[in-house]
Amino acid sequence: MLKVVNLTCGYQDKTVLSGVSFEAGDGEFLGVIGPNGSGKTTLLRAISRVIPPAVGRIFWKGEDIQKMPFKDLAKEVAVVSQSPALDGMTVEEFVLLGRIPYYRAFQFFEEKKDYRAAERAMELTGMSDFRGRTLNRMSGGEKQLALIARALAQEPKLLLLDEPTAHLDIAHQVRILDLVRKLNRDLGLTVMIVLHDLNLAGEYCRKLLLIEGGKVYRSGLAEEVLNYRDIRDVYKTPVLVEKNPVSLKPYIVLVSENPETEKDRNSDNLEGE
Amino acid sequence: MAFMLLAVCLVALCLGSAGIPVKKIFPLLLGGRGSTEYSILFDIRLPRIILGLAVGGGLALAGVILQGMFRNPLVEPYTLGISGGAALGVSLNIVFKFYKTLGVMTFPFFGFLGALAVIGILYLVNLRKATVRLQGLLLNGVMISFISSSLIMLMMSLSRAEDIHGIVFWIMGSLDEPNWFIIKITALAAVLLFLLSYLFCRDLNAFALGEEEAAHLGIPVERSKQFLFIIASLLAGFGVSSAGMIGFVGLVVPHFVRMFTGPDHRILMPASFLAGGAFLIFCDTLARTVISPVELPVGVITGILGGSFFIYALSRKGNS
Repeated sequence: MLKVVNLTCGYQDKTVLSGVSFEAGDGEFLGVIGPNGSGKTTLLRAISRVIPPAVGRIFWKGEDIQKMPFKDLAKEVAVVSQSPALDGMTVEEFVLLGRIPYYRAFQFFEEKKDYRAAERAMELTGMSDFRGRTLNRMSGGEKQLALIARALAQEPKLLLLDEPTAHLDIAHQVRILDLVRKLNRDLGLTVMIVLHDLNLAGEYCRKLLLIEGGKVYRSGLAEEVLNYRDIRDVYKTPVLVEKNPVSLKPYIVLVSENPETEKDRNSDNLEGE
Repeated sequence: MAFMLLAVCLVALCLGSAGIPVKKIFPLLLGGRGSTEYSILFDIRLPRIILGLAVGGGLALAGVILQGMFRNPLVEPYTLGISGGAALGVSLNIVFKFYKTLGVMTFPFFGFLGALAVIGILYLVNLRKATVRLQGLLLNGVMISFISSSLIMLMMSLSRAEDIHGIVFWIMGSLDEPNWFIIKITALAAVLLFLLSYLFCRDLNAFALGEEEAAHLGIPVERSKQFLFIIASLLAGFGVSSAGMIGFVGLVVPHFVRMFTGPDHRILMPASFLAGGAFLIFCDTLARTVISPVELPVGVITGILGGSFFIYALSRKGNS
């Protein structure tokens, strides 16, 4: 279980998160939403121990992550970050890097079990056929799958994803999130995912954490958090919240404050002719 | 790579102002003690080869470490001002004539002191709250190299002709080191530092993805950076203080080796160490033989050969 208690942290002179507390049970699918600059990515970075808390603590399975050895934490928590540097590595080489936490003190090369774990990770993500491809020659969607494969090679219990669908077309968005849902269901992975797209968040996440100005504004089931009043207040934008007729999950309809008028439509027609 | 090194060493043993054929080397090795050829081989050429291996290997390895750590292909031991500091130390020794009272050991000693001073300054300036800021380290290093070269020029402009000659000669770099003790120390340091650095090969592989990603993979990033920086600095410090400023090995050899081995540091590190040694011994052999018996500064050869070869290799890679 992930437990964040009164977390305050940030960078040098700037505090980004203040007094954030929440819990995510084992096997949870938790989405983090909020406007740009609200502290979503910072929250993931704190949980993956890239930045230390100024105040408060983060517990994983009852253990303070600041006190865990780096390697042990990497065996439990894997991160799919937004844009890591990807040199001329092949997919397989890249996925095998996920085995680094499992190396013993004077072990320099992979063992059979490492190859097995990488193989499984590539199979789960459908990357087996791409193993020899170099990463900088792959499309955005394929790269994202390779990132997830590397995270899975770590055999984690908690998977943190930072906007894995950014810049992807709708087919890839669905493919990536279907995969994450499958991992959550079949492997029992606890998932914490930062999403910008509220509709994807509503569709895939069981619970949501709405963050505003470094504080938790609302948390709970997706259906509860995605209500038009909270979304309007946090994003300062009027919206409508509807129900997806297929999945019965909430989805957001944008309402422009400056809607198209009859005149706009007419002038468009004239230009077209 | 090991075969290449062996071949280069053998050629280096044979060639010189007095040529010794390959087939004579082994009989000499077994029972030629006392002959002139034996002493040419083992008192003059072998020490140069050992020093070449240690310095060339050390500089190339330092280049691999720094390029991996900074994720910047242009970083080498010299960019960080370490060699500038060493040169400044040696220049001080020459100008203030400490060597006259304290002996020839002062040259490497002052060189090493200069290198250590730079490492210390860089470290203190850039170490904030136990995190090493890499960009700052790089910029400060470049500035320190400018400052030290300006100070050297200042000293040269104020000193007498013989001193200037001494400084220039040292700056050009040479493997001509008559003192076995210095050679042994340099070789021992190179081997020990290589073994130590190899413990960090996985860390360097993870660094290729960025520091944050490395942290996600369970690498204690700050501690690794500190160790790697000190190892690379010491490698460069030992090399520069015993053989002078031999440029380009640390920059070119890692790139060249990477074209063959790929970016995996587990292979890249030993391969670069061997290739750096082979390259420097090869350049030194050329320096000794091109217009023999006059000897060229080896730094000149490494620069010309390394630079042109690198441009050629890069353009071929670009075309293919």
